[in-house]
Amino acid sequence: MTMLYDEALDRFEPVLGLETHVELGTRSKMFCGCKTTFGAPPNTQVCPTCLAFPGALPVANAKAIESTIRIGLALNCSIAEWCRFARKNYFYPDMPKNYQISQYDEPLCYDGYIDVEVNGETVRIEIERVHLEEDTGKSTHVGGATGRIHGADYSIVDYNRAGIPLVEIVTKPIPGTDRLAPEVAKAYVTELREIMRSLGVSDVRMEEGSLRCDVNVSLMPRGSSEWGTRTETKNVNSLRSVERAVRSEIERQAGVLAEGGKIVQETRHFHEDTGTTTSGRSKEEAQDYRYFPEPDLVPIAPDPAWVAELKAALPELPSVRRKRLQAEWGLSDLDMQAMHNADAFDLVEATVAAGAPAADARKWWMGELARRANETGTSLAELPITPAQIARVTELVASGALNDKLAREVLEGVLAGEGTPDEVVEKRGLQIVNDEGELSAIIDQVLADNADAADKVRSGKIAAAGALVGGVMRASKGKADAARARQLILEKLGVSE
Amino acid sequence: MSLIRKTAAELGAMIAGGEVTAVEVAEAHLDRMAEVEPKVQAFLHVDRETTLEQARAIDARLKAGEKLGPLAGVPIAHKDIFTTRDMPTTAASKILEGWRPPYDATVTARLREAGLVILGKTNLDEFAMGSSTENSAFHPTRNPWDLTKVPGGSSGGSSAAVAAYEAPLSTGTDTGGSIRQPAAVTGIVGMKPTYGGSSRYGLIAFASSLDTPGPFARNVLDAALLHEAFSGHDPMDSTSIDAPVPSVVEAAKNPDIAGMRIGVVREFGGEGYQPGVLARYHEAVQLLESLGAKVVEVSCPSFTTALPAYYLIAPSECSSNLARFDAMRYGLRVGDDGTRSAEEVMALTRAAGFGPEVKRRIMLGTYALSSGYYDAYYGQAQKVRTVISREFEAAFQQVDVLVSPTTPTTAFSIGERADDPMAMYLADLCTIPSNLAGNAAMSVPCGLADEDGLPVGLQIMAPVLADDRCYRVGAAVEQALESRWGGPLLKEAPSL
Repeated sequence: MTMLYDEALDRFEPVLGLETHVELGTRSKMFCGCKTTFGAPPNTQVCPTCLAFPGALPVANAKAIESTIRIGLALNCSIAEWCRFARKNYFYPDMPKNYQISQYDEPLCYDGYIDVEVNGETVRIEIERVHLEEDTGKSTHVGGATGRIHGADYSIVDYNRAGIPLVEIVTKPIPGTDRLAPEVAKAYVTELREIMRSLGVSDVRMEEGSLRCDVNVSLMPRGSSEWGTRTETKNVNSLRSVERAVRSEIERQAGVLAEGGKIVQETRHFHEDTGTTTSGRSKEEAQDYRYFPEPDLVPIAPDPAWVAELKAALPELPSVRRKRLQAEWGLSDLDMQAMHNADAFDLVEATVAAGAPAADARKWWMGELARRANETGTSLAELPITPAQIARVTELVASGALNDKLAREVLEGVLAGEGTPDEVVEKRGLQIVNDEGELSAIIDQVLADNADAADKVRSGKIAAAGALVGGVMRASKGKADAARARQLILEKLGVSE
Repeated sequence: MSLIRKTAAELGAMIAGGEVTAVEVAEAHLDRMAEVEPKVQAFLHVDRETTLEQARAIDARLKAGEKLGPLAGVPIAHKDIFTTRDMPTTAASKILEGWRPPYDATVTARLREAGLVILGKTNLDEFAMGSSTENSAFHPTRNPWDLTKVPGGSSGGSSAAVAAYEAPLSTGTDTGGSIRQPAAVTGIVGMKPTYGGSSRYGLIAFASSLDTPGPFARNVLDAALLHEAFSGHDPMDSTSIDAPVPSVVEAAKNPDIAGMRIGVVREFGGEGYQPGVLARYHEAVQLLESLGAKVVEVSCPSFTTALPAYYLIAPSECSSNLARFDAMRYGLRVGDDGTRSAEEVMALTRAAGFGPEVKRRIMLGTYALSSGYYDAYYGQAQKVRTVISREFEAAFQQVDVLVSPTTPTTAFSIGERADDPMAMYLADLCTIPSNLAGNAAMSVPCGLADEDGLPVGLQIMAPVLADDRCYRVGAAVEQALESRWGGPLLKEAPSL
């Protein structure tokens, strides 16, 4: 029986550990020249090396090594001055050599940390190691109930993925998160994803498997300082699943422990549909990987001067940038969070850089444009409009040439491909009516057509002026300045507010 | 003199000068193969038409006025452990029987660039594991000096082919002595270049940190010409050294060793060595002295621990390298009847496809790398390897080259050591240290043992990237002995 989360946390304290795999976005594979395009027809991006043909040899991808070092630096790691690849030996049909070239006791990067924010609190996550390895092929098990290899009628293998560079980022055990454990896990993976994106080393798409996360959880009774046995949950394929997997595993383990049971050290699989985990193979029967230094490759010895250059050239990291932007823009935590979720920082920043006030830039991107993106099922960045164009629209509004309603029409025109904001204003004739004579004539006509309303205003019912302003706006097709129209109407009717 | 008795250098010059065509030279060797192969069985694959096609292409290029290298049109026997696009490649294993690689090894590609004409693929101990070529899954090869004897191994097909005048040149690979030992016991020249001096790309791996392609020939200059033709940096092999090939041909042409310092390894050449081997070895050392070299004794005490270290490192690497033979993508597949799992098919295939020596080494290596044993076995062996490298470095501070017998005995009889792996492993006693340290080493013929009349080899070891010193000393020994003998040691293959 699982235990409810709150009760579980009343009785136990969780300790977390996260192992994240990031597929690097290099153009070629880790140890051969094959392409890495996602979604290519099966077994079309393969060669003697990544198919492990007899005699074929690996050559390490320099760009992948550079990316890994940059990741290590962004995670505040030390960079090894000398390290080696190692072979991890085990038989599996989707691993062509039946060993994986990985790193064992000499990771490229080690001893780092990142800070993540959860509910306004900063939690420091310590990084044990960051190492470089190659991905396996992808097996599909056909037939059978589980989609796993056991019980399948047959399996097919696509080796396109075999040999794609993979960076493994392992945290040290994370105690002390208490009730926030699921949120901390999610915040960590989110932050990691942001960092990878800012570095430009991976497209970090969890749904395509370019970011994969294994979640380790153990529980200890409150008051104890001895950590419990941990499980490792795989198949966690979204940020939301990270959170759910931690929660579900805490509930399950608490239930087992409460009934006097023992936690088995094992691999578990997370199921998206039920939000629960089931047992995979037990770690006790796990294989001896017989690691040894890879003799086909030479050691990696990054020049410290080069590492220093890479460090100096790192982009501003996401957490630092968020703080800076918030201070510059003077926006609320809530606004910042919404922009973070909508991935709007780049766009808003560029719009501000193009001259728009931050509040206006936020308003357009998070309002009208977010609505349009939502309707069309695209991201903000994919909308056919530029930050400079948004800045121009805010400028036109500020100068009084457009009002909000007209501005929305201008945006619609730009999105419809009618040209720049100025061209749309020109083509659609969206300029506010600034000609007092023309406006006066429109007002006279509206007053004549709405004698009743005009009389009410004259008799002091100023609220009735709204209908007259509305009439002016309709007659001017929205191009009149509503405030000026109201002013003139009241003047003409001889009343004041 | 018939074409098959010519040296490679002579054949190259004759072809370039239009005295003879590459086709004629190829045909002469193909005819010789047809005559002696039933007895020697040096080859696993021969395809007359593919060979003649290559020869015709060379003739056409020469006729068109193209300037080709010194070995253009010269035939070569190619060890069946290098991949070849136009011929099957098996490593003498059932698990790869009939496999046609989609690509050429770098060595193969460079043979073709140099215009060499490949006569066929030669026999070897399965996956180069052995010292007699009896571990071939297909058939043993016989020593042309005495058909009841082994031609050495693992490159025994290549040594036998050259000794039997089936080819003037051949390729080999040397992991623990697999070029030098067969060269010694068949009376020819065999060279293990500096590790990383010749590319391993397309060489089916036995032990990656040791495997080294190298040449066989009947004389030192021919070996140097072939060495130069296929060596040098290869970006496809990360362990390949990015440095110019040592000037081996020049060294082979200038056999002046006056003033050279030569070290005799004290640990090799005492008890347990065949008297006839020791007699020829000691004469060779005296000969070197008489040619003006300064000979000193050098002690390398750790060399005696090289053999056990090697038999941990090489099997460890092989246990991993041979994991890829799993029936999934190429080669033999056993038991795939629709009822068995992939793991069962892998296991059945490997059980049926690998021979007993290969299985023995996979098991040894798997054990040595296992958790809890790694430090005591593989880790310890790596330390020994480091110590041996340091002893070489220290020795090369004192001397320019080291010498020793290549092998403790002459060729042994077929079947004699087949059931005694330890006796078999001892054949590589003197050759293994240079594999562990990665330095250059050569075997040159230095006479026949009195008791059996079989060839004895002198091993010449030089520092990393000083391969030219092996050729200089080897050529000096060859020149002096040939003038004493009145011609090459191997004037003809005695039993053919």
